[in-house]
Amino acid sequence: MSSWPILSLVTFLPLVGALFCLVVNGPKEAVDRNCRSAALLTSLATFLVSLVLWVRFDPTKASFQFEEKLDWVPALSIGYHVGIDGISLFFVLLSTLLTPICILASWESVQVRVKEYMIAFLVLETFMVGMFCALDLALFYVFFEGVLIPMFLIIGVWGGKRRVYAAFKFFLYTLLGSVLMLLAIIAIYWQVGTTDLPTAMEKLELPFTWQCWLWLAFFASFAVKVPMWPVHTWLPDAHVEAPTAGSVILAGVLLKMGGYGFLRFSIPLLPEASQYFAPLVFGLSIVAVIYTSLVALVQEDMKKLIAYSSVAHMGFVTIGAFIMNMQSVQGSIFQMLSHGIVSAALFLCVGVVYDRMHTREIAAYGGLVHRMPRYAFTFMFFTLASVGLPGLSGFVGEFLVLVGTFKANTWVAFLATTGIILGAAYALWLYRKIVFGELTKDSLKGILDMNRREIAVFLPLVLITLWMGIYPSSFLDPMAPAVDKLIGDYQAALKLARTAALVP
Amino acid sequence: MVVGLESWTLARPELFLAASAMLLLIYGVVRGEVATPFVSVATSVVLLVTAVLLFAPYREGTAFASLFIVDRLTATMKALVLIGASIAVLMSRAYFEQAKAWRFEYPVLVALATLGMMLMISANDLMSLYVGLELQSLALYVIAAFQRDSLRSTEAGVKYFVLGSVASGMLLFGASLIYGFCGGTAFVQISRALLDGKAAEFGVVVGLVFVVAGLAFKVSAVPFHMWTPDVYEGAPTPVTALFAVAPKIAAVSLMVSVLMGPFKPLFPQWQQIIVVAAVLSMALGAFAALRQQNIKRLMAYSSIGNVGYVLLGLASGSEKGIQSIVFYLAIYLVMTLGVFATILMMKRRGVMVESVADLAGLAKSQPMMAFAMLLFMFSLAGIPPLAGFWGKLYIFIAAVEAKLFIPAVLGVLASVVASYYYLRIVKVMYFDEATDALDSTPFGVYRTVAFASAILVTLFSLAPQPLSLIAAAAAKGLFP
Repeated sequence: MSSWPILSLVTFLPLVGALFCLVVNGPKEAVDRNCRSAALLTSLATFLVSLVLWVRFDPTKASFQFEEKLDWVPALSIGYHVGIDGISLFFVLLSTLLTPICILASWESVQVRVKEYMIAFLVLETFMVGMFCALDLALFYVFFEGVLIPMFLIIGVWGGKRRVYAAFKFFLYTLLGSVLMLLAIIAIYWQVGTTDLPTAMEKLELPFTWQCWLWLAFFASFAVKVPMWPVHTWLPDAHVEAPTAGSVILAGVLLKMGGYGFLRFSIPLLPEASQYFAPLVFGLSIVAVIYTSLVALVQEDMKKLIAYSSVAHMGFVTIGAFIMNMQSVQGSIFQMLSHGIVSAALFLCVGVVYDRMHTREIAAYGGLVHRMPRYAFTFMFFTLASVGLPGLSGFVGEFLVLVGTFKANTWVAFLATTGIILGAAYALWLYRKIVFGELTKDSLKGILDMNRREIAVFLPLVLITLWMGIYPSSFLDPMAPAVDKLIGDYQAALKLARTAALVP
Repeated sequence: MVVGLESWTLARPELFLAASAMLLLIYGVVRGEVATPFVSVATSVVLLVTAVLLFAPYREGTAFASLFIVDRLTATMKALVLIGASIAVLMSRAYFEQAKAWRFEYPVLVALATLGMMLMISANDLMSLYVGLELQSLALYVIAAFQRDSLRSTEAGVKYFVLGSVASGMLLFGASLIYGFCGGTAFVQISRALLDGKAAEFGVVVGLVFVVAGLAFKVSAVPFHMWTPDVYEGAPTPVTALFAVAPKIAAVSLMVSVLMGPFKPLFPQWQQIIVVAAVLSMALGAFAALRQQNIKRLMAYSSIGNVGYVLLGLASGSEKGIQSIVFYLAIYLVMTLGVFATILMMKRRGVMVESVADLAGLAKSQPMMAFAMLLFMFSLAGIPPLAGFWGKLYIFIAAVEAKLFIPAVLGVLASVVASYYYLRIVKVMYFDEATDALDSTPFGVYRTVAFASAILVTLFSLAPQPLSLIAAAAAKGLFP
């Protein structure tokens, strides 16, 4: 173990760039240029440092690594405790990867208030990374909620026509869930005497009714974030109105905060309640998978369609997380990572044509393949990845989840599989409408194919999607010990509870 | 009654403030209007020096035959009040000069009001409590109406006076009942009488209810909040800034020392009242502010909501609860001063404006001012990592540990509703296009205060520990 506080470095490095952007001054063009470059450089540097995490990560250990522990508010026993295990490692990498991509994607499309935009994204990165690293409940909450501030501004300032409505809806929905979680965190603190997560995992022993209440409080927060049906309605609005990069971060990282929260907090801290409420989760997830897929089929807005597809895909994640066997949980995490890359890329694909045509209406497009072959390929690639074509990343996650689910509950698996069929239907329908067919619309006659900057945005995502699809072990192996431990502890806790129930 | 030297030393800060206020008044009377700038600066300095005197050197004990008490809690609360009052005086000058109402009596009155607040905080007897309260209130009635030519200001003053007198009357009536049943006005006597079995007497409980009602009026807790929006809106803005911090902190402190002191034995009785008042205040503060167009009125409802959270801390009746109150008030002080400094900067072509819509497009015309306001708003909404979050966290920890689960849940829900109107201000500044830009304020007191508050609010998360230690030390005053 090195003495370098490498996790803190990854977390707070973006703030250095933000600070630079804050103080930079001069004529508007120079400020814009400097801020763009500074933001890109800082986020790239952050990504490189985060790669060090992966390289030095010991994939055989289930415990937390790169741990740092400092006193923060000793009076309340709140500490600055960070560390990552196999579960959080890739979420950190996902966040650090998507931020430079977002900044690059907004290079030309964002022209107003560039400085503030870049600051918002860098601050957002700090919060996201910090959230995945946090091993203290209060620290986690600080980052989890902090995300709302930059995201609110990103949607509200740089968004589309109904941006104000979408920004408020996003903020209030998420806040409502989160404050209940805050009370749950306080209750845990009250019981354990500290907000330190590993300590809480060891010591927390609650009566069953209490577990249920706390579980519901956590659920309120994470379910909104995932988002699960029926609290998903903020997502289509937020996605549609957010600028492209905002949608990318929303779909790529923010939605994962919910799934990650279930795996990191709900299940290990409240195992009995998790088991008790698992059928509820399955029910809601199946509704999400089938219902939102059907809703996606009739959308007229490209972004809205992809937003609904996100809800459907995240349905698999929640099913997998609560089935609680090795395949399902690994699949669930993998599905989150894959969705993080693929849906981010799909939103970027929408962004490419939106930047040219300034409309997201599906009906406004058609026959793009004749003018934009490179774009047609990229869009096809990610559409298929989203549908779950073997060899691409989407397949692995869905397959693992379904295998795991099938072992535990055939009906859930059966119903979830129908979602895959529907998923193929709407994704391919979208692709056909936009890319294939005759190029009849006059407005599209002069459209240009992707330029070099756009290729640079997509290339890493294409490569990673292939890598994840062809050799998923690179990702599955490091998370295996941690997942194994998660399931082991969960089973042990349930066993203990059963034994306790037998003793009069 | 022989008063020993010890009494004079304990009351040193109050004596210093009283003497300075008198000297400044004489100076002002002798020199006339030209003395105003000096008197106002001197008052700010005197208030700050008084704050220093509280702790250098710090002594505790009771004085003047137990009428007056000094402990960590009172000293900390006084320091907060003094800082608030001092900055409020500093922020008054530009406003009143423009309104052509800049008179030397104003700073002197603020100093006297502050003296009243300090006496309130240190009260250890229902008599000294009332004297302190009235000294404070009378001075505040006058300064609410200080802008004599303005109809709104005079109306605010009269309203405040009439309703304030009713509250004082209720308090006095309650005090007399308690005196009658407990046989004394000193807190020690009351406490002893209650422990000796007087707690069961119906008259004592009625007296307590009247006292609590009177105090609730002073902290503007629901259902005794009606005066707040009108007075906040009508009073000159720097006076509103003062009202939002100093008397509020003093009254909360008084409420804490009365309820947690002599009336501790009646905790189960008063807890119900405080819980109801807390929940109603949080809810009303959240819902009533939703439609406000005037930013001062909005801040009035916001302050009602904030008092709700403070009362939730009080309702927990524990050491943590008292800590959380001190912690919360300190953060509230910084945020509120920052917000009012920003409101005082809102001018269009030299005329003060105070509607929320006037802030439209501020992010473009004055990015720094808008950014500071954004930080205050998110902080007031309790979003981490800003300071306001920690205050709320502390309060809710105290509430949960005291098993006030339902009020805590209602409290967080109210905070979500409240966040809507704080966000609305951010929305107006950042999302809306400017119709007519506000004047940019030259560097001065307002910008310094806003900037300093914004820095404190933002960087607070780096080190919440010192303030929590101060709060912990202060709460020790009640839990020796």
